[in-house]
Amino acid sequence: MSQTLTSAPASGGLPTPVSTGPVRLHINGETQTLQLAPWTSLLDALREYAHLTGTKKGCDHGQCGACTVLVNGRRINSCLTLAVMHDDDDITTIEGLGTPENLSPLQQAFVDHDAFQCGYCTPGQICSAQGLLNEGRAHSEAEIKELMSGNLCRCGAYVGILDAVKEVVDKQ
Amino acid sequence: MYPFSYSRATDVADAVRDKAGHDGSAYIGGGTNLIDLMKMNVEQPPHLVNVAKLPLSKIEDLPDGGLRLGATATNSDTAWNEQVKARYPLLNQAILAGASPQLRNAATNGGNLMQRTRCYYFYDLATPCNKREPGSGCSAIGGFNRVCGILGTSEACIATHPSDMCVALAALAPTVRVSGPNGERTIAFEDFHRLPGEQPEFDNTLVEGELITSLDLPEKGFAKHFAYLKLRDRHSYAFALVSVAVGLEMDGDTITDARLALGGVAHKPWRDLSAEQLLKGQPATAETFGRVAAHVVANAVGRGSNDFKIELARRAIVRALKQAAEGQQQAGDVYLGGQ
Repeated sequence: MSQTLTSAPASGGLPTPVSTGPVRLHINGETQTLQLAPWTSLLDALREYAHLTGTKKGCDHGQCGACTVLVNGRRINSCLTLAVMHDDDDITTIEGLGTPENLSPLQQAFVDHDAFQCGYCTPGQICSAQGLLNEGRAHSEAEIKELMSGNLCRCGAYVGILDAVKEVVDKQ
Repeated sequence: MYPFSYSRATDVADAVRDKAGHDGSAYIGGGTNLIDLMKMNVEQPPHLVNVAKLPLSKIEDLPDGGLRLGATATNSDTAWNEQVKARYPLLNQAILAGASPQLRNAATNGGNLMQRTRCYYFYDLATPCNKREPGSGCSAIGGFNRVCGILGTSEACIATHPSDMCVALAALAPTVRVSGPNGERTIAFEDFHRLPGEQPEFDNTLVEGELITSLDLPEKGFAKHFAYLKLRDRHSYAFALVSVAVGLEMDGDTITDARLALGGVAHKPWRDLSAEQLLKGQPATAETFGRVAAHVVANAVGRGSNDFKIELARRAIVRALKQAAEGQQQAGDVYLGGQ
């Protein structure tokens, strides 16, 4: 039988207290059990409950890609999925790709190619590019552009972003 | 977001039973459209039944030579599936023309059929919309209707179905397998989505509680002569203004079988059976393509700011037919399917 997290309003008209349940997420290699309401997006769970604020909230509607994370190695928009739908999944955020002392190849390439201005879209760009590397389908610049189109950069750092991703793709 | 309850179904029967036990509840697959609609308060199901992890994600051969696409297979896994790439490249191209890699990684095949219109007024709670609130009126008629439909519209609704994948499916004509409170049944893809008529609140012909379990493609895949031509405001990550899916079978220069469907122009993926008949037995020439394209848009109705779609659709049909006949890809497009 299915497990139900209830939070339906009481028949008397007054809403029942917010109901939460345990959700087990393996975030950047560390297992965390968070008490979450069903309507908590994966993005909000990461930022507000796991306190990993590297993942950014841009549009919150799947139109900008700033919230991109890897779920079981695949890139998705964390704003358009519920945390409860990811019980027992492996989540990788920008914090899990590298550290300031030990940058991942993509992080280093973004620095080397000046691939950002304000930096707000950068965690999503890098997680998306990591997903692109994992997929292994982009080789040419045209393919990288097409398969990075889910990440917008309103500063317009696309030239640097493309150079950075291309450099790491070429080394694969 | 507003409070709601949630459960994760363990099998199809469990999902159907759980949904039946919660009035107004909804199935959730990838959630890429539903969660957005819930954030906007366009839809407010009090209970969600998660079907994303049901064992319906396989893509497998059917005994009749066709291919079964599981309802919970993601759009990405479907597009990049080796069988789909080799036998149904039109479907591969249409899926990859839609959304972004992140969205395709989450979105499911069943959910792609179930996604709702992106008509501005459907999302805007401050304005009347017959699809969102039956009987309230249509703000798109007489409003900003650049993205709206030109074929099969009604005075109640001129919204379009937003999918790319479904335009290719309309041309490939699978059957949709569903399970519901009254058991299993199949629906021809042509009959799955509906025109708005007087009841635009209904996008499709599912009855309450039914869950899509698979899309069963017939053997014929038009793998040699196909085209998916998508025209939009930017070159990637945008909905179609007009799209055209074509599948042809050729004997020399003669068209022996044809499929033609349009996206971005109607409340449903717009397959034109009479245009397909007009193509059969004809030479693959500019004259034939022009005649057929004119036939498809003969009854099109513009509503002001979408008038341009009529001429755009006519020209797109001509170009897509030519590309399919010649086995070409759209100029400037990245052909991702070949890898």
